Amino acid sequence: MLKILKYSFYDLMRSRWSYVYFLFYLILGFVLLFLNNDVDKAVITLMNIIIVLTPLIGTIFGVMYYYNSREFTELLLAQPINRSKIFMGQYLGISISLTLSLVLGLGIPFVLYGLFKSAAIFNFSLLLLVGAFLNFIFVALSYNIALSTENKIKGFGYAILMWLFLAVIYDGIFLISLVVFNSYPLDKFSLAATMFNPIDLSRILILLKLDISALLGYTGAVFRKFFGTNFGMLISMGVLVLWVVLPVLRMNLKLRKKDF
Amino acid sequence: MKYKILFFFFFISFAVAAKQIVVCQSCTVKTIKEAIKMAKDGDEILIKKGVYKEQDIVIDKPISLIGEKGAVIDGNNVGGILIFQTNNFKIKGLKIINVGLSYTIEYAAIKVIKANNFVIEDCIMENVFFGILIEKSKKGIIRNNKISSNRKNEASSGNGIHIWSGEEMKIYNNVMFGLRDGIYFEFVKNSIAHHNLSYNNIRYGLHFMFSNNNEYHHNEFRNNGAGVAVMFSKFTTMHHNKFRLNWGSASYGLLLKEIYDAEIHDNLFEQNTIGINAEGSTRINYKNNTFLRNGWAVKIAGACYSNIFTHNDFMNNSLDLAYNSNINDNKFDNNYWSEYTGYDLDKDGIGDVPYRPVKLFSYIVNKTPEALILLRSLFVDIINFSEKVSPVFTPDDLMDNNPLMKRIND
Amino acid sequence: MIEFKNLHKRFGKLVVLDGLDLDISKGGIFAILGPNGSGKTTLIKCLLGMVIPNKGDIIFEKKSVLRQWAYRDNLNYLPQIANFPPNLTVIELINMVKNLRPKTANSEELIELFGLKSFLDKKLGNLSGGTKQKVNIVLAFMFDSDLIVLDEPTNGLDPIALIQLKKMIQKEKDKGKTILITTHIMSFVDEVADEIVFLLDGKIYFKGTIDALKKQTNNDNLEHAIANLIAKQYA
Repeated sequence: MLKILKYSFYDLMRSRWSYVYFLFYLILGFVLLFLNNDVDKAVITLMNIIIVLTPLIGTIFGVMYYYNSREFTELLLAQPINRSKIFMGQYLGISISLTLSLVLGLGIPFVLYGLFKSAAIFNFSLLLLVGAFLNFIFVALSYNIALSTENKIKGFGYAILMWLFLAVIYDGIFLISLVVFNSYPLDKFSLAATMFNPIDLSRILILLKLDISALLGYTGAVFRKFFGTNFGMLISMGVLVLWVVLPVLRMNLKLRKKDF
Repeated sequence: MKYKILFFFFFISFAVAAKQIVVCQSCTVKTIKEAIKMAKDGDEILIKKGVYKEQDIVIDKPISLIGEKGAVIDGNNVGGILIFQTNNFKIKGLKIINVGLSYTIEYAAIKVIKANNFVIEDCIMENVFFGILIEKSKKGIIRNNKISSNRKNEASSGNGIHIWSGEEMKIYNNVMFGLRDGIYFEFVKNSIAHHNLSYNNIRYGLHFMFSNNNEYHHNEFRNNGAGVAVMFSKFTTMHHNKFRLNWGSASYGLLLKEIYDAEIHDNLFEQNTIGINAEGSTRINYKNNTFLRNGWAVKIAGACYSNIFTHNDFMNNSLDLAYNSNINDNKFDNNYWSEYTGYDLDKDGIGDVPYRPVKLFSYIVNKTPEALILLRSLFVDIINFSEKVSPVFTPDDLMDNNPLMKRIND
Repeated sequence: MIEFKNLHKRFGKLVVLDGLDLDISKGGIFAILGPNGSGKTTLIKCLLGMVIPNKGDIIFEKKSVLRQWAYRDNLNYLPQIANFPPNLTVIELINMVKNLRPKTANSEELIELFGLKSFLDKKLGNLSGGTKQKVNIVLAFMFDSDLIVLDEPTNGLDPIALIQLKKMIQKEKDKGKTILITTHIMSFVDEVADEIVFLLDGKIYFKGTIDALKKQTNNDNLEHAIANLIAKQYA
């Protein structure tokens, strides 16, 4: 598996798109820090971007890589290697290279800016951690879609729809149901609804650091416990890990029956 | 003039006659009560190092009570400790601990009744019910004291410095924590509180009720139920204070209720659930304040008229402004808003398009508090944008026509 | 050497392999023929473990191959479409495949043979279809395995490379190896194959030498013999 990982990783690290992605974050980091001079604001803007963009890029890279390397995958399948190792290798290769683009792209400007002396270091690391999680989750989700869809165009469409659903539509439905069922106690529902969407979950993790003052304005006891202690942080992290593990498990299950 | 001269001679005569009475465990005078009984007007009682277990010490003559380092009066959690019923007194350097708790009587470490011209300084009060309780008094100076307790709920706690009916009080350099209100003013006039630190109190760091023409500045209020509450008061001036980390469902940096004609300038509101919560507040000028990373920088709850916000910095607050109606009679002009995304083509430092501080999302959160969990979601950004383009739910005249491009207090 | 036992495979409603039985003995070149959609590629992919049969078993060197992978070490495969990671260079790809298999390889010789030396440091994405196919062939032949499976090996090759390929297939055969080939080019079959396996509707319709086929169909030309076979079926 490590060998597959290594080659998928090399392959992606040399692709133009990895550089574009890396440069995008690099430029974004520099612009935010050196034109703005406000680390707090930079972290907030970055959060908005990371939460929307990393899932999108992860999704697109995932399906693209899968469909574009289909024939090569067949070559690998004819080698004496376990199937799941091939795909886990590719999966990790994509996720790690995307994460590296993110961490280096944003890390370099922040380090140059003197982040280590700034109090924002924790928020920033959390942001990168969440970004990394989103990469791993959305590459896994898009690989699942690609594995289940033979048609490249359809697979691509489904993947984009999934992103659109989780990034926008889900929150729309969520907000509408909150407004409609206004008269019921909603705190448990809200927290549960957050857990079922990795983008919302990551957003909450960052909010717990950035907007804790506002979140503590909630009256509900469940919220109070969730936001007021490290409990919320732990639960959210745990569920994020589940969001990586479950799609990866499904991938392996699917692979056992899949024909190429 | 006549009175002044008389007063002067009066004072001189004290000074001449004044003597010192020393209290200590091995002295002839062993208790404070004894010393007070012996003392004449203008005398000084020096309390030497040691623990004195006494309560209900009534001081009814103008004397000074000076504590040596290590002098402690322990009330044994029974009742009140020192009760001054005289003018022209002074108390300094004492440590007063363990005031009794009562749900009917306001026991205090130092109680002052109907006094004029007094000084309370350098005292440490620990595990108190009320710290300093002043009734119907004038011209008191309360400085450099440290008052603390470790109370858990409002009913069983008292206030640090509690003034009921007072005038011309000066309260400065005090530290208060673990109490109900750090400082409480009720029917207090022409008084001033500055350079105090009030933190971890159950209710308010500083509380005004029916108190007019007062001023407080350079204080810090941190981690209280609410930083400062100003209620039913007029002509209050608040400047250069720091309101920080007041977190909770009913927590504010500054709570304004039924107040008129106040000046609020050069304050810092940092990381409060709500920076300023204003209700029924009229003719208030907010100037040069910094709102940094609050949940809501300002929440206007209703019946607020003719308030003017100019030259304030709104920095990285989760929500800048919440309004619960769509009528607006307040003015926002020349503020800096970190959320502002406009441009300044003519380079005059003022954004070319107006800024709307009330978002649709903040309107929704007002109606459905749980919706806050969707803060900063892409969907929320989209609906905010559409509301910005054509306001339906938010007051459409509520905007800053001249948003600044740079921070004021950078 | 290879035994397909009662092999069934459906893709949705489409039955591709329908109780197929086939024995392939060690040594020799077997051409697997059949009209489009007759199940040639599926059969090969079942053998390679890429397609999982609904029913039946495949025995390779006395062991079942289903859900196994280690057996593929004694098997070389030339896929139909040569598509590689575009950002790797030729030499990196060759080294990678070498790296993936524990066996030793004679890649240098083959690189020389197909004139790929000047392409070694080029990225795979920049190569022409024919050159890619040459790389593909190098990958398939560089290991010393008992079974070689070639799926449309002649695709896009120039005449010189084609001659080299034929020579190579012959050489491997002389070493006593088993070679399975699918192709549509009958002259190629006529030239190299020892035996023909003809698939139709998911079953073996004919298995035997070219001569036997010609005899059975009373036709001297292989292409016509095959056409004859199919025509009979449709009649």
